[in-house]
Amino acid sequence: MNRTGMIATGGAQRESWSEYFDRHARTFFIAPAVTLILIFAILPTFYSIVFALSRVRFTPQGLSFRFVGLQNFYKQFLGNEQVHFLGRIGSMSVAGWIFSLVVIAAILWWFYKSIGKTSWIGMVGRFISASAAIGIALLLSATVLSGNQWGTLLTTLYYVVLGCGLQFIIGTGLAFLCSQPISGKNFFRVIFFIPLMITPMGAGYAFKMLFDVTRGPFRPFLEWIGLRDWVWSTDAWTARTFIVIADSWQWIPFIFICMLAALENVPKDHVEAAQVDGASSIEIFREIIWPQIVPVAATVILIRMIEAFKIVDLPAIMTAGGPGIATESMSLHSYFIWRANDNGSSAAIAYLLLILTVIVCSSFFNYVVLKQMKRAKA
Amino acid sequence: MTFRKLMAGAVMAGVAFCGLAATSNAGEYDGITLNLLTRPGPVIAGRLAERGKEFEAATGAKVVVTEVPVAEIFQKVQTDWTTGTNSIDIGVFAAGWGVELDAAGLIADLDPYVQADTKIDLADIAPYFREFGQKIGGKTKLLMIDGDFQMVYYRKDVFDKAGLQPPKTWDDYLTLAKTLHGQDFNGDGTPDYGSCIFKKRNAQSYMAIQTVAAAFVQTQGTAQGIHFDKETMKPVINNEAWKKAFELYKETGKYGPPEELNMDIGDTRGLFKAGRCALLIEWGDPPPLTLEPDAAAIKNQLFSVAGLGTTQVLDRATGKLVPVTKESAPYAVDGINYAPFAAWGGWVGAVNAKITDAKKQKAAYEFLSYMNQAAQSNVDVTLGWTGYNPYRLSQLKDTALWEKAGFTKEAAASYIGAINSALNNPNMAADMKIPGAAKYTGVVLDTELARYLAGEITVDEALANIEAGWEEITEDFGRDEQIKALGLALGTTK
Repeated sequence: MNRTGMIATGGAQRESWSEYFDRHARTFFIAPAVTLILIFAILPTFYSIVFALSRVRFTPQGLSFRFVGLQNFYKQFLGNEQVHFLGRIGSMSVAGWIFSLVVIAAILWWFYKSIGKTSWIGMVGRFISASAAIGIALLLSATVLSGNQWGTLLTTLYYVVLGCGLQFIIGTGLAFLCSQPISGKNFFRVIFFIPLMITPMGAGYAFKMLFDVTRGPFRPFLEWIGLRDWVWSTDAWTARTFIVIADSWQWIPFIFICMLAALENVPKDHVEAAQVDGASSIEIFREIIWPQIVPVAATVILIRMIEAFKIVDLPAIMTAGGPGIATESMSLHSYFIWRANDNGSSAAIAYLLLILTVIVCSSFFNYVVLKQMKRAKA
Repeated sequence: MTFRKLMAGAVMAGVAFCGLAATSNAGEYDGITLNLLTRPGPVIAGRLAERGKEFEAATGAKVVVTEVPVAEIFQKVQTDWTTGTNSIDIGVFAAGWGVELDAAGLIADLDPYVQADTKIDLADIAPYFREFGQKIGGKTKLLMIDGDFQMVYYRKDVFDKAGLQPPKTWDDYLTLAKTLHGQDFNGDGTPDYGSCIFKKRNAQSYMAIQTVAAAFVQTQGTAQGIHFDKETMKPVINNEAWKKAFELYKETGKYGPPEELNMDIGDTRGLFKAGRCALLIEWGDPPPLTLEPDAAAIKNQLFSVAGLGTTQVLDRATGKLVPVTKESAPYAVDGINYAPFAAWGGWVGAVNAKITDAKKQKAAYEFLSYMNQAAQSNVDVTLGWTGYNPYRLSQLKDTALWEKAGFTKEAAASYIGAINSALNNPNMAADMKIPGAAKYTGVVLDTELARYLAGEITVDEALANIEAGWEEITEDFGRDEQIKALGLALGTTK
């Protein structure tokens, strides 16, 4: 009796514990991951704010922080780092004025059309996106469109916009080809995927050697076409473009593999029905395939953009940021300053990169990805 | 590699073991692991790893060599030692970086160990490296494993064939580079280059420009310095001397490889070893490197000049260039002012001051001493791949050591003659050795120079930007502290 009673009591107690665990199972499962993220990602991120707002010195007692407010940010925009970060801002050319006015008018129109249709939180988001877009447009106009040098901010955007665009077009094209019933397509799938498995450092050195015009494999060809003294790395635009080419070589496989999966998930009966109805290949792609792969496409671009903002390996290895500062991305800028022990300025640039990435990527997500997803569902 | 050379190496190693056994008992440091951080090998790191194995065999202390990019060594050592991580016991880096680490109390005082060391033979270390390289504030805090100067090298065979004399001034350098540019030096049918200089950003370019500028800027001896006014810490940069140096440096690019702006030291070494350069600016490695199999085309053909001079020098009062006279440049020879630049200052080893285990700290010192001792060093400096250059008087007294390594007498005489000439020059220019040196030169000077070379800014803008950048760093560290540090670095205060 007693024994039974004890068992019953103990059983009831165990049951209540298991009930408790059942009720909080989700919390227990997710807690280790959240704790790790807090320790290794969130807390250091907040700690780095202290760096960004301080002048950091190394002393016998350890790190010493002297609060300097927003000075580390100020010097990037208005101080002696302005040319490095933003570019040389001089008088604006006519083309610059026209471009600025067109962009500003378009953005204001878009903003005006949103009034009344969007919640106030949405309007705040649109205001931030619009302000950032106008700022970038003005910066473009005052620098590159006015014949002035641009800084690391626009170089980063150049890598993101040109790189992601190029990679998406080529990656999707290759995926489309490999989704067709052609012989040997499994072989091509493996070949196209290989670059993604190579480290960016390795890819950087490989392309540096490949593009070496003094000793590289293309030297005989360059001599043959009369470009003996042509050097990609000493001209700002060709240097940036060659870095985009190397970056694209590495990342096209990522787009390729994602888009191939999306294309292979398009129901064949839809395509066959359209073929029976006499639709052309272009019409089938535009009306049947594209609407079904567009959510994946938008998400892939978003992921790729987030990654592209952090580009550092390729410009570091291929050009070390040169010629001058022409190929220096914001990550590389931050790294170079960190290396010289200016931890405060380095952290400030890292935060500016974070802000830029969040604004651009969340704008893209809200105004492109979500829109496309809603349209696809409709 | 011949059998005879192999045997000679084995005998040397045997002698080294015996020498080590005399200072440390085998097994004395059993169980101790020394973690050493330095640049990627084989240069510098490779020989440390090899000698580390010898040291382990003799003493029991295991030496683990960790390699990081050159530009990250200082930051990693400083962070590790400041934050109390202390995963690094020995740092091997540029001599100039020691001052900043020492100011933060991070480097162990090696004087007690040195005084008890019977093998190190301090008197054999060249005075500049012993007093400026190894000492901070009058105490030995660092031990040399390499001595560095930047010098000019020329192809003896090419010059002889063309009936040309080696350059004496930077103007000569330009003239000769222009004359020889486009000729075929290695017989491969391809036009070669008059001048090869590593001008890539974030590499070694900011060192080469100081080598060019030194003779224009410094006239009153080593203690004058080439970067700042010692009394006020005002930058001595925005003047006609540095302007001339920048312009001259840029002009050398007309006679260099087309992608010189994207070439670091590895790239230019590849070119000169292939016999493609008539003139180059480099540290002390090229002559030993010509003995390697991949440089067979120019074996013993790179001759050395300690440092080129100028016939005009800076008048610091006006910021203008004035002709060399006895008053304007008292150390000038035949109307030419020379100021060979001790670029980098050499690779040195420092021991972490926060090692609490006295036995471990002693083991760390003994390993650095082992590297520094003549028995090891006099072999290591003759091997081009080690990256170690001479810093001991016994390495520079005659050509025998170098002839044994494979030099011809003439090539050896040219090499050690140039180094001796630099070391004995009372107007030798010292590398920057104050807190923030990495930012003053490696970031500000390097970036503005790169922008000027790329055509982004004019020379006047570049110099004005450097001046502003240096002033900001000085204010950041504290002007008075920097004035004091500069005095210590240049040996004008103790």
